[in-house]
Amino acid sequence: MAAFHIEEADRPHMVRLLIIWVILSAIGIVAVLQINYPPYDQSIQGQDQASTLKLLTALATPVFIGVVMLIIYSAIYFRRTTPELVDGPPMLGNTPVQIAWVTISAILVLFLAVVGIATLSSENVAQLVGAPGRSIGGGQTGSGTTGEENKEIHVQVIAQQWYFTYRYPDYGGVETTHLYLPVNHPVELHVTSLDIIHSFWAYQLGVKADANPGVDNIFHVTPQKTGGFQVRCSELCGLWHGHMVDSQGQVVSQSDFDTWIAQQQTDFQTIAKAVPSYAPYYFPLPLVKGS
Amino acid sequence: MVVSERRLSLPNNPITGILLAIPAYFFGVWLGTLFGNIDDQNTGVILGYLFATVAFLAGVGFLNYPLERLFGWRVTPVTDPAENRGIGRYLRLSLDHKVIGLQYLVTILLMLLFGGIGAMLIRTSLLVPDASITPSGNYIPLIGLHSVMMIFITSAVIVGPFGNYLVPLMIGARRMAFPRLEALSFWVVPPAAVILAAATFWGGFPTGWTGYPPLSEQAGQGMDSYIVGFALIAVALVTSGVNMLATIIGLRAPGMTWTRLPIFVWGIFTTSILGLLAAPVLAAALIMLAMDRSLNTSFFIASNGGSNYLWENLFWFFGHPEVYIFILPAFGIIMEIVPHFARKPLWGYRTAVVGLFGVALLSWFVWQHHLFVSGIAPVLRPFYMLSTELISIPTGIIFLVTLGTLWRARVWFTVPMLFCLGFLFNFLIGGISGVYLSDVPTDVTLHGSYFSMAHFHYTIMGGEIFALMAAAYYWLPKMTGKMLSPTIGRIHFWTMFIAFNSTFFPLFIIGLLNMPRRVSTYDPALVGLNRWVTVSAYVLFGSMVLFAANLIYSWFFVSRPALANPWHARSLEWQVPTPVPARNFDRVPVIVAGPYDYGIPNARPVADLGGIVGVTGGG
Repeated sequence: MAAFHIEEADRPHMVRLLIIWVILSAIGIVAVLQINYPPYDQSIQGQDQASTLKLLTALATPVFIGVVMLIIYSAIYFRRTTPELVDGPPMLGNTPVQIAWVTISAILVLFLAVVGIATLSSENVAQLVGAPGRSIGGGQTGSGTTGEENKEIHVQVIAQQWYFTYRYPDYGGVETTHLYLPVNHPVELHVTSLDIIHSFWAYQLGVKADANPGVDNIFHVTPQKTGGFQVRCSELCGLWHGHMVDSQGQVVSQSDFDTWIAQQQTDFQTIAKAVPSYAPYYFPLPLVKGS
Repeated sequence: MVVSERRLSLPNNPITGILLAIPAYFFGVWLGTLFGNIDDQNTGVILGYLFATVAFLAGVGFLNYPLERLFGWRVTPVTDPAENRGIGRYLRLSLDHKVIGLQYLVTILLMLLFGGIGAMLIRTSLLVPDASITPSGNYIPLIGLHSVMMIFITSAVIVGPFGNYLVPLMIGARRMAFPRLEALSFWVVPPAAVILAAATFWGGFPTGWTGYPPLSEQAGQGMDSYIVGFALIAVALVTSGVNMLATIIGLRAPGMTWTRLPIFVWGIFTTSILGLLAAPVLAAALIMLAMDRSLNTSFFIASNGGSNYLWENLFWFFGHPEVYIFILPAFGIIMEIVPHFARKPLWGYRTAVVGLFGVALLSWFVWQHHLFVSGIAPVLRPFYMLSTELISIPTGIIFLVTLGTLWRARVWFTVPMLFCLGFLFNFLIGGISGVYLSDVPTDVTLHGSYFSMAHFHYTIMGGEIFALMAAAYYWLPKMTGKMLSPTIGRIHFWTMFIAFNSTFFPLFIIGLLNMPRRVSTYDPALVGLNRWVTVSAYVLFGSMVLFAANLIYSWFFVSRPALANPWHARSLEWQVPTPVPARNFDRVPVIVAGPYDYGIPNARPVADLGGIVGVTGGG
């Protein structure tokens, strides 16, 4: 196979470009690594996403700089200098260069895919293998992890126009208006909707899960820092979509959580009879449209 | 066989069409009350829109030919393009691809004005973090109208005006394969736009362009505009796709081999395949939605055994090829224009064609990347992540070919060339941000935020609309016979390029900082960035006004007649005189060389035109 044959006329351009590219890319990569990427580090999953964002940006920087540099370089050095039209050299293509370009981009893409899949499986492995997010008719709830100390807290997120409520089946199905989670404890979120499609977005926790009527959509999160977080809807759900925000989500210590949930259970007693018993999803009454 | 002397004698023009459409609409509404649900008028409104559209098309003259054939009457002869002169031909049903191209251009530019004003209203309302300028009840219908109008426009903005006008000229044909289908693909667009705009009378629709049920089933009668309007655009995509494919396959001039086909025609070819295959899926989904809304079926209602996942799958199975329907002809434009101004052959022609087909093929396997957080089939997420990221390989080929063509070129910096370079910069950012969204872990944070909104504006506006501008400055001299002012053109480019990036780049940051799409109230901490974006958006709108001014100025005030070949380009469409003769070519041209053979010693002119005095190409 013919190796890269670099024409004499190409050489000065290539040397110049290579030097500029290496310098600018190094500066660019160092610069983008300084950024603190959202969604920061309140949960393990959020931290994974932030580091993936950082990795993607670091990889994208040399690509971006390379292509923009080529565009600007062409605009400066390959501009016509004569007043009359002249034709350029008739270059019809260069197979080794094309093969190299496709190979490099394929390697980059496959690397990204492998990293993405690795992050995904570490984050959501239970979801990938054990518990399909969709359970119409199946009636399955939870991934059934064994072992008391690792047992995930199950929290059901119920979306409706235009607010979220939460149920804790491990605590007698108590329904609350704000989401409290104990720190350093894995949580299994069961997201469902009573009417139309919403999306449960806890920005600081790095969780976004669509709430579909009749579907139990399962996501996992492990908060690792105490503090407040914001919950909002991120799927257009009608008139007050923009107001479907709750800024009072809290990640608290285990003892604070126990106090809070006990208080919630007491409060819940007064309305418990009016609330349907815990289920993977709920259908509104009447069941038949138009009746 | 006896042919009756009778013939339909309706004056066929859009006025007749409108006069027929109004009673037809009310007839449809009345018919709907007979068997539809009384408490909502959806059946009537849907039927009304459909009847009105058919009546409009009949008034324009679409039914003459089939009816005359059906009843054995004398067939009204198709007006010979040579006799169909004057400004009036642009206002009537015409089967001349050149007339249809210009009809499309003007219609789409008017729609673009409507959609652009919508964008300005959206940005104005985001000047304040609460909904005090635009209440939610107005804001949400506003984003719906802006988005769907823009989708209508971008589906047709290149294939409609430039595809219809140029493809026959580029392949050496005198007409399209199916002129009536071609005309139909245009004449359904104005009714679609009017029906969509009519949603305002019903209070708009609350779903944005995705139309997700059950919200779209809960919505008022404005939603029916979305259904019928979008279905008409599906008709336009299918008819135009069939026509383009048949034309490119069947009507190429002798010697126009597949390897001599201009790369723009390849762009149209691949996009037509996608339109032909994707639009029926959309139509099916829309029919189900219409039935759910009017006939009480429950395709999408979970409590009655349906599933909103059905819509999400069908919609995005159409929706993702749809965005490549936007961008493939734009790739074609860029790779077509750059060789002519670089004065070099297209670098790696065959690789470029492979790239276009690679994008077209992969676009069928990626649709669930819109649904990573929806809960559909989590086990398939790695597959869709991989397939989406794979698309960057053929897209990278397009960049390689363009940059290779520029390498050691003698670039002539004209306004179209500036827009091509602007396209490369914008689409690079659009493409890289697409990788962020294709990666499942990062998509969890970015999905549904302003990041994804900035991403698709970078690809569609920064990509397709910049390519549209390049095409306009490059080909309008041939299409209208008037040069556009290069001075205004340069000012237009720089304002548009700077204002575009200044508008949409901050939106990536706003998205990363927790602002979801489609909200009129947002975190007050983001008010500074949002105001910056709004002011930039006003400047961006101003740059589009500058473009409109350039059109009007060059067409009506300072008329600079275009030469037959002002760019000294080699390709076939520039070898015919300006204005283009009614029959395009005196006799069928014989193609003897490729369109990009710049700098090749002893290269022959691209075609033997048989006596037409054209201006021969460069070099």
